[in-house]
Amino acid sequence: MRPFTYERAADALSAVKAVAENPGAKFLAGGTNLLDLMKLDIERPTHLVDVGRLPFAGVEEVNGGLRVGGAMVNSKLAAHPRVRELYPVLVRALVSGASGQLRNKATTAGNLLQRTRCAYFYDTTKPCNKRQPGSGCSALEGVHGSHDAIFGASKACIASHPSDMAVALTVLGASVETLTPSGASRTLAVQDLHRLPGDTPQVETDLAPGELITAVLLPPPPEGGQVYRKVRGRASYAHGIASVAVAGGRVALGAVAHKPWRAAHIEDALAAGASAVEAAEAELSKADRSDRNALKIALVGRLAAAAIEESKTRRTA
Amino acid sequence: MKTTITVNGQARTLDVDSRTTLLDALREHLGLIGSKKGCDHGQCGACTVLVNGARINSCLSLLVMHDGDQVTTIEGLGTAENLHPVQQAFLENDAFQCGYCTPGQICSAVGMLQEAADGWPSQVMEDVAALVDLTEAEIRERMSGNICRCSAYPQIVAAIRSVAGDAA
Ligand SMILES: Cc1cc2nc3c(=O)[nH]c(=O)nc-3n(C[C@H](O)[C@H](O)[C@H](O)COP(=O)(O)OP(=O)(O)OC[C@H]3O[C@@H](n4cnc5c(N)ncnc54)[C@H](O)[C@@H]3O)c2cc1C
Ligand code: SF4
Ligand code: FES
Ligand code: FES
Repeated sequence: MRPFTYERAADALSAVKAVAENPGAKFLAGGTNLLDLMKLDIERPTHLVDVGRLPFAGVEEVNGGLRVGGAMVNSKLAAHPRVRELYPVLVRALVSGASGQLRNKATTAGNLLQRTRCAYFYDTTKPCNKRQPGSGCSALEGVHGSHDAIFGASKACIASHPSDMAVALTVLGASVETLTPSGASRTLAVQDLHRLPGDTPQVETDLAPGELITAVLLPPPPEGGQVYRKVRGRASYAHGIASVAVAGGRVALGAVAHKPWRAAHIEDALAAGASAVEAAEAELSKADRSDRNALKIALVGRLAAAAIEESKTRRTA
Repeated sequence: MKTTITVNGQARTLDVDSRTTLLDALREHLGLIGSKKGCDHGQCGACTVLVNGARINSCLSLLVMHDGDQVTTIEGLGTAENLHPVQQAFLENDAFQCGYCTPGQICSAVGMLQEAADGWPSQVMEDVAALVDLTEAEIRERMSGNICRCSAYPQIVAAIRSVAGDAA
C-alpha cells in the first residue's frame, strides 16, 4: 500500500472541506472496499478522512418513511425492526450481500459507492479505462463475462455495479441526502446517483469531489409484495451474476448495468396487464446483445419473471 | 500515529504507520498470532476478531480506525484451563483439521450467536421479520464468511449447533 495521512473527521462539514480541498483525499467509512483496492494499488489516495464515526448512524421516522444514516452499518440497518417491517426487499438485499463480518463494517454510503468487481479492473497488468483512462477495455475481448452489463454499456466500459442494497433502494424510490462543499445539503434519487459509463467510465457518480452522503431517505413502502432474488456462483458470500428487486409493481435489476437498473419497460408492461414472462421480455428485448451474453440475458429474464410471480405471494408492508 | 485499543481487556498504545491493518497490529506488533492472515482481502474470514462485540475482518480495517475500541481475539476468549464454550464445542466435535481457519471460525461463531440472539435476520429466513431459529441452514448461511480449506464444515456446524442448543 502507498503511504497516506489519516484524520478522523470532527464533523461533517470539516470532513467535506478536508476532501474538497485536497485532490488526493478520500472519505473512509468501513474501508471494506477502499482498503481492499488500496492494497491492490488500484485506489491511491494520499489522505484519508475517516467519516465512520460521524453521528449519521441511526434510523429516524420521517413522513411515513425512514431516514437512514450514511454511516450506519449494513447489518444494523437490516436488523432494524422498522426496516424489517416496512422494507423486506431492502433487508433481503442487505443480507444477501457479502458476509456477516463484512456487513458489520460496510456502511450505507460506502455500499452505494463500492466499485465494480470487473476482473480486469482488479488486474493491474491489463488495460482498463476505468482504472487508467484511455488504456482500453480488456473485458471487451476477455473470457466470458457473467458480470457484464447488458444495458447502457459503452465501447469504453461494460462493467456492472455490484451492490445488492442499491438495487433495493432503487426499487423503493429512495434518495440520497448529501452535504456539498459549499455547505449546502441536496437530495438526489438513488436512481440518478450513478452514471452510465459513456466515454468516461472512471466518473461513476454525479457527486462533486468532497460531497458527502449523509443519509438515505426511504419513502413510505409501495403497495404490494416485496421480493429480492439473487443468482451467483455459490449459495452465499459472493457477488451476484444478476439480481432482481420487486416492490409492488416496481422492478429493478442488479449487476446488469453500470448502475442499479430501474426496469421501466417491465413496469409499463405490468401496468398494462402483461404477464410476468411478457413483462420480462419487454425489458430484455432491449438488452445489448453480444456473442457472449446470451446466457445472462436469458437468466435475467427468467429471474425477473420468477421474482414478479413470487411478489404476488409475499406480504405487503 | 498514536492509537490506543483495549485488547482482551488490556489497554495497548501503539505508534505505527497509518497503513498498518488491525490484523498486522495484533500479529506483528502485539504478538497475538492466533488471528490468521488467509487472504488479506476480506474473502476468507481467518482474521475474524470481535470489535466492541461485533465480528469483523481485521485485515480490511486500519488500526488507526480503532482508537478507543475494545478488541477481543481468540487469545482473549478463554484460557487453556477454562475454554470458552465455543472452543470446548470445537474440541468435542473435532471441528478442525489443520486449524488455520479455526480462530476465525470461533470468533465468528461467538459474534454470530450474539447476532442471532439479538434477532438479526439472514437471507435463508422465509420472512425476514420473523424470529430466528438456528437451524443447520441458518448456521451455514450465517457462517458463510468463514472458509475452511480442510472442509471441516459438518463438524463446525455440529459444534456451533451444540452451543446454540445449550443456550436455548
Ligand atoms: C469478499 C467480499 C464480498 C462482497 N460481497 C458483496 C455482495 O455480495 N454484495 C454487495 O453488495 N457487496 C459486496 N461486497 C462489497 C461491500 O458491500 C462493500 O465493500 C461495502 O459496502 C463498502 O462499504 P464501506 O463502508 O466499507 O466503504 P469504504 O470502503 O469505506 O468506502 C467505499 C467508497 O465510498 C466512499 N465513501 C464512504 N462513505 C462515504 C460518504 N459518507 N459519502 C461519500 N463517499 C463515501 C469512499 O471514499 C470509497 O470511495 C463484498 C466485499 C467483499 C470484500
Ligand atoms: S469493463 Fe470497465 S472496468 Fe472492466 S476492463 Fe473494461 S473499462 Fe475496465
Ligand atoms: S485474512 Fe481477512 S478475510 Fe481473509
Ligand atoms: S481446519 Fe484447515 S482450514 Fe479449516
